[in-house]
Amino acid sequence: MTDLVTLTIDGIELTVPKGTYVVDAAKRVNIDIPVFCHHPKMEPVGMCRMCLVEIGTPVRDRSTGEVVLNEEGAPQINFGKGLQTGCTVPVSEGMVVRTNTDVVTDARDDILEFLLTSHPLDCPICDKGGECPLQNLTMRHGPGASRMDFTNKAQLAKHYPLGQLIVLDRERCIQCARCIRFQDEIVDDPVLAFHNRGRYLQIVTNSEPGFDSIFSGNTTDICPVGALTTTDFRFAARPWEMTPVASICTHCPVGCNTTLSTRPEAAAGGRTVIKRVMPRQNEMVNEIWMCDKGRFVHHYADAPDRLTQPLVRKNGELVESSWDEALELVARRLQEHKDSVAGLSGDRLSNEDMFLFQRLFREGLDSPNIDQAQARLGGGDVVAQVGLSHGSNLAGLGKGDAILVVASDMHQEAPVWWLRVKQAIDRGAQLVLLNARPTRLDKFATHILPYAPGGAVEQTHRLLNAARVALDGEEADPLQAASVTLVQARHLVAFYGGEGLTLDQTEALARVLANLLLLKNDEGVNHAGRANNGLVAIWPHNNTQGAWDMGIRPDAGPGYQPLDEPGMDAAQIYDAVSSGNLRALYVMGADPIGDELMADRGQLDFLVVQELFLTATAREADVVLPARSWAEREGTFTTGERRVQRFYPAIPVVGESLSDWQILARLGEQLGLGKPPYAAGLVFRDIAQAVPQYEGMSFRELARVEEQWPRVGDDDLYYGGTSYDNKSGIGLQWPSAADNTDASVEMYELTPPAGAPAAGTPEPPGESLMAIPITVLYRSGTLIDHSKVLSTRIIPPSLLLHPADAARYDVQHGDMVTVEVAGRSVRLAAYLDADNGVRELALLRGALLPPGVAIAPLQIVDVEKQAAPVEVQTVPG
Amino acid sequence: MAHILLRHREIDELHKLDVYTDHGGYEGLKICLQNHTPEAVIELVKTANIRGRGGAGFPAGIKWSFIPKDAEQTYVVINADESETGTFKDRELLEGNPHQVIEGALIAAYAVRAQLIYCYFRGEFMDSAYNFEQALKDAYANNLVGENILGSDFTCHFYSSYGAGAYICGEETALLASLAGDIGQPWSKPPFPAQAGLYGKPTVVNNVETLANVPPVIVNGAEWYLEIGTGDSPGPKIVCLSGHVKRPGNYEVPMGITYRELIFGEEYGGGILGDKGFKALLPSGGSGPVVTENALDAPLTFDGLKPFDSLMGSASCIVMDEDTDMVWATLKMIKFFEHESCGKCTPCREGTFWLERVLEDVYRGRGTQKDIALLENVAKNMQGRCLCALGEFATSPILSTLIHFLDEYKAKVTVAPSTNGADGSTRQREAAPVA
Repeated sequence: MTDLVTLTIDGIELTVPKGTYVVDAAKRVNIDIPVFCHHPKMEPVGMCRMCLVEIGTPVRDRSTGEVVLNEEGAPQINFGKGLQTGCTVPVSEGMVVRTNTDVVTDARDDILEFLLTSHPLDCPICDKGGECPLQNLTMRHGPGASRMDFTNKAQLAKHYPLGQLIVLDRERCIQCARCIRFQDEIVDDPVLAFHNRGRYLQIVTNSEPGFDSIFSGNTTDICPVGALTTTDFRFAARPWEMTPVASICTHCPVGCNTTLSTRPEAAAGGRTVIKRVMPRQNEMVNEIWMCDKGRFVHHYADAPDRLTQPLVRKNGELVESSWDEALELVARRLQEHKDSVAGLSGDRLSNEDMFLFQRLFREGLDSPNIDQAQARLGGGDVVAQVGLSHGSNLAGLGKGDAILVVASDMHQEAPVWWLRVKQAIDRGAQLVLLNARPTRLDKFATHILPYAPGGAVEQTHRLLNAARVALDGEEADPLQAASVTLVQARHLVAFYGGEGLTLDQTEALARVLANLLLLKNDEGVNHAGRANNGLVAIWPHNNTQGAWDMGIRPDAGPGYQPLDEPGMDAAQIYDAVSSGNLRALYVMGADPIGDELMADRGQLDFLVVQELFLTATAREADVVLPARSWAEREGTFTTGERRVQRFYPAIPVVGESLSDWQILARLGEQLGLGKPPYAAGLVFRDIAQAVPQYEGMSFRELARVEEQWPRVGDDDLYYGGTSYDNKSGIGLQWPSAADNTDASVEMYELTPPAGAPAAGTPEPPGESLMAIPITVLYRSGTLIDHSKVLSTRIIPPSLLLHPADAARYDVQHGDMVTVEVAGRSVRLAAYLDADNGVRELALLRGALLPPGVAIAPLQIVDVEKQAAPVEVQTVPG
Repeated sequence: MAHILLRHREIDELHKLDVYTDHGGYEGLKICLQNHTPEAVIELVKTANIRGRGGAGFPAGIKWSFIPKDAEQTYVVINADESETGTFKDRELLEGNPHQVIEGALIAAYAVRAQLIYCYFRGEFMDSAYNFEQALKDAYANNLVGENILGSDFTCHFYSSYGAGAYICGEETALLASLAGDIGQPWSKPPFPAQAGLYGKPTVVNNVETLANVPPVIVNGAEWYLEIGTGDSPGPKIVCLSGHVKRPGNYEVPMGITYRELIFGEEYGGGILGDKGFKALLPSGGSGPVVTENALDAPLTFDGLKPFDSLMGSASCIVMDEDTDMVWATLKMIKFFEHESCGKCTPCREGTFWLERVLEDVYRGRGTQKDIALLENVAKNMQGRCLCALGEFATSPILSTLIHFLDEYKAKVTVAPSTNGADGSTRQREAAPVA
């Protein structure tokens, strides 16, 4: 029984896993067999014919099956009649491959000449020029001059928009189908296809709107020529002019590794700006993919309305001031209000920022009143206990494993996790899904256990109870069947979100899931403390995990160390603001007034806001401190998988802005916390000491890389696409409590007990509908609104209804409806969808309920028929 | 010789079920169901060495034996996408003798334990398909198709599907892709259809004529079949004779007769039209290399034309008389292949397009001596590099006519190389359409 195969390529003997294709095997020993259509992440097709090589197999005696030896006693090799495509032939024992013979070189020369017959000679203006595998291979194999008469070339459309984000140049396309296959195989949005045949074979989109997929940008990376370009980067810069800087995407908890390509820009007055954002390979996190939001949302960093100077309120007006003046003022006023001060932090900031924030309050001001400005998902403590185990990689899940997803539309909330969960299911993992409504995971689920809106905790509790008595074999009851799947799974990863749930409910949900993971199967094995097992919270933001880790909460300090005397939580702080029980408030990276958490500055004596933009809250502040965006500074973020990752400064500082941690450190100095650290790495050193989970981590350790497979992004761009090599760190995942001491993690005592309705579940709707807001990737907001290309994809505030409900209210697709929900009146476009709608449930897309309200009855009070129906985007692909 | 396949030529209304059964129809199926295990059927077909009539000549029995015995789901697919230039034999069988095809397919299904047979018709074969489906209806009504056929355990259903006019869909993997609803492009083998065919399940794809050979073999035995034709090419073969002959049409012949007999024999072609001289023969439609006078005494067998670097293929013999402009004829064929290339693999997509452009120039008198060398070189560069056989086929008209009729090419380019053509026109042509 062997799963390894030994073969020889160009005289080099190597052993690779069975099923490896010849091109991939060759890559292991640094032999580059050129390819265009083959991609290591996709099934081979053998279309481009560039990888033709000589492949021989040992001759075997028909009767005995023994390998026939030649006169020299070596196995006799049969090379067959012609060349074979290395991308479609799996390795076999004793195989001999020749990639450097004249026959092979001739074939490459000829295929390349064919590819170039009608390929335009527009490399000098082509976006791919400089990082183009066709160009590179032409240098090696191409003819010096074309034998194809110029007038005979096929002339095709040069600017064919496939959608709002991607443009196709049909002359440059070499019909490798990588884009079609990516959309179909990897992200299940089969919106691209071939049309026509022969030389007129062309890529078309078959979705409306065109190329409707939130992963479309990846096709431009893996396109081996300049056929697919993004409307964002098209004709914007040449690859060699740009400086690649390693970064981390800041728009969801996945923490995709990215590369910011920067260049000095005449239009920006010579300032260096971000020209494009590309994925950076991290096989543990995002592999080589990223979503379109992460790729195109970066424009806010270079936005003209960024804050550039500290602002201080003088005579009722915010006027520019110096840092010294502003910081002195802030320090003095905070000191004055030492006994009545609170701090609210957003959860998008770096660990360094948040660590110094809590230190400023707890040590500089002796104030325990710190919290996240808007915590939407609870369970951080539970995650610290049984979170996804150290060494886990979603790519390691497959046959025999199970994935549980509760109360989340993962496709919109954490796209790349969705992608990786989908791949795991493709490899054979089973999915159990608990949601109040259909999502893009339904079609992949083995068991779907829907629940009435608000009933997530109850339903999960039922699942847990079922799992406690789960028996072997097929169970008729879906709950029982699902529980068998989960308990018996070799590995189990449980994801949870907070759709339609209150903060308390999500906390309860996390506990129920923890117990499920800790439940031992017949063999006494549970699903915590082993790699590829554990709990993952689908946090609302990129560093919510870091906020938990750094102790941005009233009841525990850094590293989950409980405090004896908890301070005010966010809700109490907001109450105190309006009631006058709080004198001073420090808001960092959050907009509580804009987010309706606070009506106004209330009775505050002093309000300081640290921000990128003049938000609603900032406009009411006494002092506004301009912060740097992630692209102008360095630091670390912690992903939802608890991987701590570094990001690096890419563009020059905007105005006089400072990194959040720098501002806090300088304030700290004035409040007696000593000299400010001069580098983020030094702040991180303090974190590694204060937070036990981060012990042993340092900027140097976080920057460590290891060889990743498949290898992409080397000089041979043709292999994986223009995804950059990871030279700047793959990060470190911190161990959960279960990883350290298996036995000490106890099951939680659950309240309420099973069967009792969970607290906060509203009454059934009766005549009205229940409404829950759902997360959409492209929802209008301060950051995304700065991206011109994404503005075309933003989903307008709309109401997704099941047609049966719509009929009751005489609502038609595209009508404008006015609804009353949670005490407010909102005007929304109606979107009717039988597949994605749920009866008696109104889904609010791009529209929110008031803070703290997760679910509420909704009345339709007015329906305006439209002459032309309001265009409502589909449920985005 | 009495017909074995084109029996409707002797028997009126053979397409009707009762007529067919009156003349021994469905006896083969009955024999299989009653007397033979599926393995025995495969063994019998192997012994009879029924070779594939679609052109490749692969033994049907061996093809069937590749289907794993324990496969959960298997399919039989009738390849009725007859599109080779000058081929029109399957059409006649579907119209005149459909039950023999149905019976053959049922036997194949029985042999490979398939419960579903798909018939993939060429899109233009509306009449043939209609006729076939009428026959199928009758067969269903008489329990010859459907549940528990003739009271046995064997259940088998038919589905019809229509191509959309693509030559490439006659290639088995492209056919299967098209049948499954995908674009009609072949896939790189392996996997072979017998391993992973339609919907990824083991599948047998057989040509209409191949399947029509099966029932008589079951009834009369392998010995009987082997006596017809030659040693390695047993059985009857329908030859589609067309071009400059006096009596074009389908002829069922025992394999082994010579091409001369076929073209000049009174019972077949009856000689060249207008009693002109013979110039060339395309023995296998556009896909096989052209042969000349010296090959005419070769036997019509799968390998009979091997010494002349050609092949019998599907036996669509297109005869050309002494007045034929061979460059024109080659251009016709190249245009066909350029139009029919699916575009999936580089050498065929680009090569056929390029060849057509250059050959058009040569034919129009706009070419130079260099272009002739270019034609040869481009065609040779395609050889052995394409994903499926279409690309290989596309090179044969060029390469074979360059061997046999180089003078004709040279005559077209005798003018001194210049940007102006022989007819005084500039080397301008309409640009390819912008899509």
